[in-house]
Amino acid sequence: MDASFWLLQFLNAMQYSMLLFLLSIGLTVIFGLMHFVNLAHASLYMLGAYFGISVSALTGQFWLAFILSPIIVTLIGAILYYTLIDRMRAAGPMNQVLVTFGLIFVILDLVRLGWGDIALGLDAPDALAHTVSFWGISYPAYRLFIIALGLTIMISMWVVLARTQIGAMIRASVENADMAASLGIHVGRLFFVVFCFGCALAGLAGVAAAPIFSATTTMGITILIPTLIVVVIGGLGSLEGAIAGSLIIGFLETFGAVLLPSLSAVLTYILLAVILVLRPQGLIPARG
Amino acid sequence: MKSLFAKMAMATTLGLGMVSVQLPAHADTKVGLILPYTGTYAALGNAITDGFNMAIEEAGRTDEFSIVTEDTEAKPPVGLAKARKLVLQDKVDVMVGVVSSGVLGAMRDFVHQSQTPLIVANAGNNLATGENCSPYIVRVSFSNGQINRPMGTWMAENGIKTVYTLAPDYSAGHQMIESFSAAFTAAGGEIAGSDFTPFGQTKDFGPYLTNAQSSGADAIFVFYAGGGAINFVKQYGSFDIKTPLYGSGFLTSPLYVAAEGDAAIGVRASLHYIPTLDTPENKAFVDAFMAKHGTMPSEYSVQGYDAGLALMAAVDAGGADKKNIAAALPNVSYVGPRGALEIDPATNNIVQNIYVYDTVMGDDGLTQKLIDTIPSVRDDVAGCQM
Repeated sequence: MDASFWLLQFLNAMQYSMLLFLLSIGLTVIFGLMHFVNLAHASLYMLGAYFGISVSALTGQFWLAFILSPIIVTLIGAILYYTLIDRMRAAGPMNQVLVTFGLIFVILDLVRLGWGDIALGLDAPDALAHTVSFWGISYPAYRLFIIALGLTIMISMWVVLARTQIGAMIRASVENADMAASLGIHVGRLFFVVFCFGCALAGLAGVAAAPIFSATTTMGITILIPTLIVVVIGGLGSLEGAIAGSLIIGFLETFGAVLLPSLSAVLTYILLAVILVLRPQGLIPARG
Repeated sequence: MKSLFAKMAMATTLGLGMVSVQLPAHADTKVGLILPYTGTYAALGNAITDGFNMAIEEAGRTDEFSIVTEDTEAKPPVGLAKARKLVLQDKVDVMVGVVSSGVLGAMRDFVHQSQTPLIVANAGNNLATGENCSPYIVRVSFSNGQINRPMGTWMAENGIKTVYTLAPDYSAGHQMIESFSAAFTAAGGEIAGSDFTPFGQTKDFGPYLTNAQSSGADAIFVFYAGGGAINFVKQYGSFDIKTPLYGSGFLTSPLYVAAEGDAAIGVRASLHYIPTLDTPENKAFVDAFMAKHGTMPSEYSVQGYDAGLALMAAVDAGGADKKNIAAALPNVSYVGPRGALEIDPATNNIVQNIYVYDTVMGDDGLTQKLIDTIPSVRDDVAGCQM
């Protein structure tokens, strides 16, 4: 286990963390802002991958798919918002969980009808379909791109939330929606915008993941569990929590897999149990 | 209005009359197809069904067999409940199917006690034709050991000295790797390292691949199937791993090799069927399959097809009912798309050739190039008492 081993596994862990971040940030902010548990968020991730593959197959252009797929997923999210989610807002967490969990299976079967049961692949764009050599290792360029993409979104979200007026409005609404509304913030519209943004990130994560992982009808359900663990560990509703949670889970799973393979499947659950006992609100929860 | 009603009634009667004419006068044998049509293995269930139906249709014997399909969802309790339903309620004469070894394990005692013949068309658990064998369970697909043992010997004989193995951490993964490793070390090879990845959860093989490469082994030998196989091969390609990749043939199955893309080129694997076999039986099968479905057949479609052929052969040799089918099945032998096949009455597992093949780029995309044939591979009796 020399330095190149640690560097390689560090990059593997970073790349996985960034994917988890793209998914969990949408889930956690929607929860923090709207107190709505949208389990179907993971299905939007799956749709992002499948639409990405279709757009890429139709046009032959990866980057077009990369942009169009999150937009399509956002439109689907907007439809879901007006038909289901907005109506379920007052229904309480139990009903929300049931409805959005059911939605996962509805979307899963629609995808099966549309794209079939056989896993589909998407090729990385030519510009990134090679390996880059540095510091004695060679690493796939596309994975470096995902790390860069995740870091860029992480930093820009932090800037938006901490330094801009809309960020201040979102933070105010998370902490106290009634007070924010009485100060003249259109909380309903803000919710919708944030919801759509979360959907777009889920779609982006899906299309970004497709060249690494193939698209399968079960990909939504399999990613849902680590994403929920990230949100619970990090603390519901906060950007910092999502960052911390996805880095912790990404590194734990990656290094667990290579250093303690027989234990790796339970490591995250042990951590989850410890956090739930010692700090049930999560590491960095949103106030409010 | 009245005349319109009369016309409609008449048309309906005529229509019904025509439908009843199309129905078979009587079906002699009732077949229960018990396969996953939803969930991870749905594509396999559909491929096996297509193959089975094709065998019956080609023989022009659709009137003789009435077919009931049940979805196991690849879940053991569901599979057992569906087997009970097929035997007790539908009163089928024979069951065909079972993709997951877990489902087969759950059904085994019920099948044995109800004395209903079961033609296994996929599930490869060694125990089903070993310790837990039954005179009513006949397997026309493969056993996990049957596919990997010959590859262990073959690789050692072809100059590979050390191997790093990877497989998902569940019973099939362990059986495949253990039978490979036993044969490989018996032939003088050495296992440089071995990892079992969490089953169904591992999407990112990067950490394992980089580990396998740094072990310095001559080759990597893996068993992955379905979505896991696609992820594994693509990531093997994207990391530009220099250690050659070998595997159980499901790794580069024609069913999904297209999704793996260029990364699959040069991967060598062993399997009981590849669609490019140059035999008249296989050519006829491939042409008929292409004409009907527009895609190349996979090992799964062949397993369904052979289940159909074995069933018809058993009906011809014995009779159309439960007891005679069960008695005749273990003695079936014929030449099919896979080559010469026979059921070994000592285990009720199939005896068949194992093909070592290379995935190469052909004129219409990725295809399989035969490297070597290991003829008539027969499993040991491994504790089976009928």
